[in-house]
Amino acid sequence: MALLGQTVICGLLLGGMYALIAIGMTLIMGVMKIINLAHGSLVMVGMYVTYVCYRAWGLDPYLGMLVAMPVLFLLGCVIQHFLINRLLEVESVLPENQVLLTVGISLVLTEVIRFIFKSDYRSIATPYTGEALLVGGMSISIAMAVGFVIAMVFTYLLHLFLTRTDLGRAIRATAQDREAAQYMGVDARRVTVITFGLGSALAAAGGSLLLPLFYLWPDIGHLFTAKAFIITILGGMGSTTGALLGGLTLGVAESLGATYIGMGYKDVVGLVIFLLVLLFLPHGLRSLVRR
Amino acid sequence: MLKIRNIHVAYGDLRALVDVSLEVGEGELVALVGANGAGKSTTLKTVSGILRPSAGAIEFAGEDITRLQPHRIAALGIAHVPEGRRLFPEMTVLENLEMGALRPEARKKRKQSLEWVFSLFPVLRERERQPAGTLSGGQQQMLAIGRGLMSLPRLLMLDEPSLGLAPVLVKHVFEIVREINRQGITVLLVEQNVMQVLRFCHRGYVLENGRIVLGGRGTELLNDAHVKESYLGI
Ligand SMILES: Nc1ncnc2c1ncn2[C@@H]1O[C@H](COP(=O)(O)OP(=O)(O)O)[C@@H](O)[C@H]1O
Ligand SMILES: [Mg+2]
Repeated sequence: MALLGQTVICGLLLGGMYALIAIGMTLIMGVMKIINLAHGSLVMVGMYVTYVCYRAWGLDPYLGMLVAMPVLFLLGCVIQHFLINRLLEVESVLPENQVLLTVGISLVLTEVIRFIFKSDYRSIATPYTGEALLVGGMSISIAMAVGFVIAMVFTYLLHLFLTRTDLGRAIRATAQDREAAQYMGVDARRVTVITFGLGSALAAAGGSLLLPLFYLWPDIGHLFTAKAFIITILGGMGSTTGALLGGLTLGVAESLGATYIGMGYKDVVGLVIFLLVLLFLPHGLRSLVRR
Repeated sequence: MLKIRNIHVAYGDLRALVDVSLEVGEGELVALVGANGAGKSTTLKTVSGILRPSAGAIEFAGEDITRLQPHRIAALGIAHVPEGRRLFPEMTVLENLEMGALRPEARKKRKQSLEWVFSLFPVLRERERQPAGTLSGGQQQMLAIGRGLMSLPRLLMLDEPSLGLAPVLVKHVFEIVREINRQGITVLLVEQNVMQVLRFCHRGYVLENGRIVLGGRGTELLNDAHVKESYLGI
């Protein structure tokens, strides 16, 4: 019983951090109507920034995150402004090709990081690595608990931003009806640039929170793209609340899979859920409620 | 106030507007009427900067706006209430209205404008917290007009506000449009409801296959033989 409890709680904690990454992807999808297949690579780059802060200045990853987020925000803005928006100006290019472009961006990011850091596995050791809280016979990793709490705080702050500020509302308005948003005086291009930046900053935040828990190497990005994609589909494409629920679901499923099937099957469980959802719940978890 | 001069607009090979010119003077209520597919919405979208004319020019309050970005045109005080309402369905009524008041002049007066819009459309006050997507068709149209008014526009462009509404509601919407104009706002009203609109507009233009075929005072157009035959079925 304690094992089950511990497995589920670990899954929820992990899922909260995944959700933060997926919310970034969801925001980008909402505004640009594309799946950003470079998202996991942005997570990976964010993790390396935090990693470098740790190695170079001994900065704790929870502080390094505050460096990685603005760096990734800028990187995201640059990608949207100079690459994705540029592509749209060429009339012969189909909008779907933006997705191909994100694949290209993901490869470039991965190879640049490989060039700088080689393919070595890296990890960081903080004073709390390996420390755990003991609650009613269950042992909960401190890094997981702290990471979860920070992820939830960021999710809440994002919610406030999107609902209370003019810029946040302009982002939601552009996602719901781009043309109408322009009639209101919203600069849709600027919104796309800021949204990609924001999504990338969230990717960096999620990655930094996971850094004390995961090995880091250049190709880990693809793993996070897959996870974020699964969560986005689970969440019903484009809803932030959906992404949060999807993240928690994936975290719990992975955790159950790792405990009861085997550590190596953790990621397979996610993919199986993904296929099942595509087959039976094409609109995500929401279709369970709507029915 | 608004001067459209000889504009040509095309969608790829399809010529949607050919040499269209029209004017709206300060304080006027001008109607642009025509059948489905005549190019009415295309005209408004070109004024808003969503579409670009291949030739011709558009001037607003003495400024050339032909090449301006849509958000800059909106910032000058041109409000476009698009065909089909185009609300933000997952935002509340209040949020939709607040989205209308983004330009700095309007943002400062948000509270007063809200009171004004609620006095014109009391039903919106009751539904303030409801998502716009859950309103009835008539309420959605009122919200769309209210959202346009929140920008305290110098020119209000309405694209078929009567579309899909029951006859009583159509009458109500037209009354509100006249009231808005009486309060001093310049209005360019696009409609297919030719008979009703020509009765109360100051001036009207008739658009056919992308060309302006007639223009004049509303009452003159009502008595025009071509208008009678083509639009009033007389
Ligand atoms: N996005 C578009 N792409 C191609 N053709 C269009 C598009 N929008 C409108 N059209 C065509 O342009 C012409 C004018 O359309 P529109 O301005 O919407 O007419 P109206 O508003 O008077 O009904 C029509 O022939 C229509 O089929
Ligand atoms: Mg139309």
